[in-house]
Amino acid sequence: MSLKSFPKPSELPVPAGAEGWEKIYPYYLVFQDKLKDQEDAKFWFCDSQHWPTVYKPFETIGGEFAVKCLGQYNARHLMIPNANGIEFRVHLGYLYMSPIPVPEDQIAERVPHFEQRVGHYFQNWEELLKQWHIKVRGTIDEMETLSFSKLPDMVPMDDITTGKAMDGSEVLLENYDRLIQLAYQNWQYHFEFLNLGYIAYLDFFNFCKDVFPNIPDQSIATMVQGVDMELFRPDDELKQLAKRAVELGIQSAFSNTDDVDATLAAVRASSGGDQWIRQYEEAQDPWFNFTVGNGFYGHDKYWKDHQEIPLGYIADYIRRLDEGQEIMRPTEELIAEKERIVEEYRDLLEGENQALFDAKRQLAATAYPYVENHNFYIEHWTMGVFWRKVRELSRMMHAEGFWTEPDDLLYLNRNEVRDALFDLVTGWGVGAQPIGPTYWPEEIERRRKIVDALKTARPAPALNTPPASITEPFTRMLWGITTEQVQQWLAPARKSKAAACAAWRPPRAWSRASPASSTTRTSWPKCSRARSWSPP
Amino acid sequence: MESNQYIQFFDGGLEPTLEALGGKGASLVTMTSAGMPVPPGFVVTTAAFDEFMAAAGITREIHDLLEGLDPEDVSEVDKVSAQIRADICSKPVPADLRARTLAAYEGLMGRFAEPVPVAVRSSATAEDLPDASFAGQQDTYLWLEGAKAVTEHIRQCWASLFTSRAIIYRLKNAIPNEGLSMAVVVQKMVNSKVSGVAMTLDPANGDRSKITIDSSYGVGEMVVSGQVTPDNIVLDKVTLAVVSEHLGDKHAELVPDRSAHTLVEREVDADRRARRSLTDDELVAVAAMAKRAEKHYKCPQDIEWALDADLPDGENLLLLQSRPETVHSSKPAVLKAATGGYAAALGATGAGQATAGGSQTGGTAAGGTSAPGGFNLGSITASLLKTSV
Repeated sequence: MSLKSFPKPSELPVPAGAEGWEKIYPYYLVFQDKLKDQEDAKFWFCDSQHWPTVYKPFETIGGEFAVKCLGQYNARHLMIPNANGIEFRVHLGYLYMSPIPVPEDQIAERVPHFEQRVGHYFQNWEELLKQWHIKVRGTIDEMETLSFSKLPDMVPMDDITTGKAMDGSEVLLENYDRLIQLAYQNWQYHFEFLNLGYIAYLDFFNFCKDVFPNIPDQSIATMVQGVDMELFRPDDELKQLAKRAVELGIQSAFSNTDDVDATLAAVRASSGGDQWIRQYEEAQDPWFNFTVGNGFYGHDKYWKDHQEIPLGYIADYIRRLDEGQEIMRPTEELIAEKERIVEEYRDLLEGENQALFDAKRQLAATAYPYVENHNFYIEHWTMGVFWRKVRELSRMMHAEGFWTEPDDLLYLNRNEVRDALFDLVTGWGVGAQPIGPTYWPEEIERRRKIVDALKTARPAPALNTPPASITEPFTRMLWGITTEQVQQWLAPARKSKAAACAAWRPPRAWSRASPASSTTRTSWPKCSRARSWSPP
Repeated sequence: MESNQYIQFFDGGLEPTLEALGGKGASLVTMTSAGMPVPPGFVVTTAAFDEFMAAAGITREIHDLLEGLDPEDVSEVDKVSAQIRADICSKPVPADLRARTLAAYEGLMGRFAEPVPVAVRSSATAEDLPDASFAGQQDTYLWLEGAKAVTEHIRQCWASLFTSRAIIYRLKNAIPNEGLSMAVVVQKMVNSKVSGVAMTLDPANGDRSKITIDSSYGVGEMVVSGQVTPDNIVLDKVTLAVVSEHLGDKHAELVPDRSAHTLVEREVDADRRARRSLTDDELVAVAAMAKRAEKHYKCPQDIEWALDADLPDGENLLLLQSRPETVHSSKPAVLKAATGGYAAALGATGAGQATAGGSQTGGTAAGGTSAPGGFNLGSITASLLKTSV
């Protein structure tokens, strides 16, 4: 017998030591006692795909911005006929989501709006996407200019003579506010094209499933994915650097890449090393704004800040080159294979269906590459700069005695950080001690224990009673939450933890094979590819 | 292996002609060169027959014997037939021709770890061959081992041009005896360790983007006759990815008993039953071969195939038969895609038509029917509203 329901939120045990966890997150993110009936009536699934580990309070920013902005494009920009956004809650440290359908009787009236809006985007795709790049780059560039320096003992004399009449604390406060705003801004941009990419994909996907029943999802993906994409550029840069190192014969400099300074010094000391260093430095901007995580956690490591990571990959590529392996992606062959696949499916169709196939594939092939490429600009680049700035602020405040570990700011939520910052500038302004150094270390220790305790438990796959069937397209597409998946979770013979984890993989439609899928799976040897809002 | 005027190996690379190889021989060479490996072998060409007949000097005598023969006089026909065939089977074969034939046979045997049995089959050239009753079709000799047996049966195939039935048929249909010739096929006996059938469509729905394979152990008869439940695998025709697979019970297999020149049935043990009878690589090879057959014959095919136990892995997949699939392929090739939009169904005026910004931007009108490079908003809406993905 299958079970009919997942546990209610209140039925999940609180891990020992995590008591009071609700208060470390903003009030609006946790289930409310007064809304218990309503919230228990909804079906929530856990998004452990993007947030596999417990949030520290500051880190909810990624979930909040991402899921809010995803929803706004469904509910307010594109007027998706049958899908609004997704409600979300943090429960026991994990993110749970509940998609909001559009009432049946409102679907029809949204259709013309929807078609007008998506029609505009699809018709003007290239131009609008060009503007997107300008907007997103502008946001990142501005974020880069923000700094969080310690305030001086005295206002500079220049500010006296020019009558500036400001003490500089306003810059700290503004920069913090601006940092948050800029992150929010790029998350809005993130979803400008993403939902559209999925819509175009779904249209082609459904068509293919109609005319080629049971066509493998991977075939459909292959027909619309880009082969040579920006998302692969960082890795390609490392391969080029490895090739150059071999050409220059400086392989020995890469014997211990964990020591970045010594490695780079050894390269510099080698004949032709300057040439290599120049290429290395050029590659960094922007391609080292690349994380081995997924951009959603403060502990994510970015190549730019942890150069032992890219240097390690380079060393590995050098080794493979020296063994005579081919490391470059065979782009031309991949393109030829993609074209073969498109052509062969196309040839199976005739007449009107062939024309439909062409039109739908063309649209999906235009819109879908964004779904992968945007990753570099948002999850990698924007969030890389964002977390670097957050660390800068955290370390400055750590130096001011606010907390005991350099990155402890992550144990405050983002609005508490604003308070703490005002606490800092107040103390500094009046010449007194701020309160934070007295208040926060103890509070942070308490929260650290709670977060650690929450981490001892895995999330439930879902909460409450699922609907008889899952119809909401984005839930199915982006998270692979289908009726079958839910039934599988509820099946009594839930075998192993491994099986449960595997279930969290998104549907195959969205699982892009690794960049060089049809050739070498080793093309991304160590970097676990960022799981972001794209098909991982 | 080198082909020449008298001997043409299936994989010898020479252009197959009907005149030289007969229908069956030409077909085997054509299939081999099209990537549809039939059991290996060679053709003793019509030139060899002609050379033999010329050297034997019996052409004139045969002509005289057949002249004025009454097709209704069966006993006289039988007598004439017996005499001609005895001549053909007893006259010496020119030394050079004999040497080349033996060399070809040894060459074929050289491909295997030890000598294997062969089949010898006639391959007639007559283009007006009415059906299997004519000489050539039923003259198939199986399980032949050793050069002597092979050369004897080549002669018997030659002689089969003059069976009573063949003589009567030609007489009744006024087919002249001049220029009659015969090619002979020498081909390895298939030693199936795994075999089955494959269709270049999904018989469940006529979907031509799939290849369906039934596979079981031993010789394919048990699959074809439904005595065992084979493994059933559906692959995508374009990428050859497995779409679905069901393991059959495959409880028994027919395998050759070489000494008895027959097939024996035996149990399949539990281990072999429980696993798929084809490895991943073999599965892809079968599918790829079926795909090539379809491409070659330009219509959906129903093939019989086998993995031969005597050939090395990677070269052991053999095509036994390929014929047009007529039952399911007569259905529409694909299901009709849903067109039109949800909006139309709702009766929302204008929805699904070009309500997009086309008029403002001057771009291609979107919506309505899809133009090349355009898109259909109604269909996009319908996709989103579809409940099952």
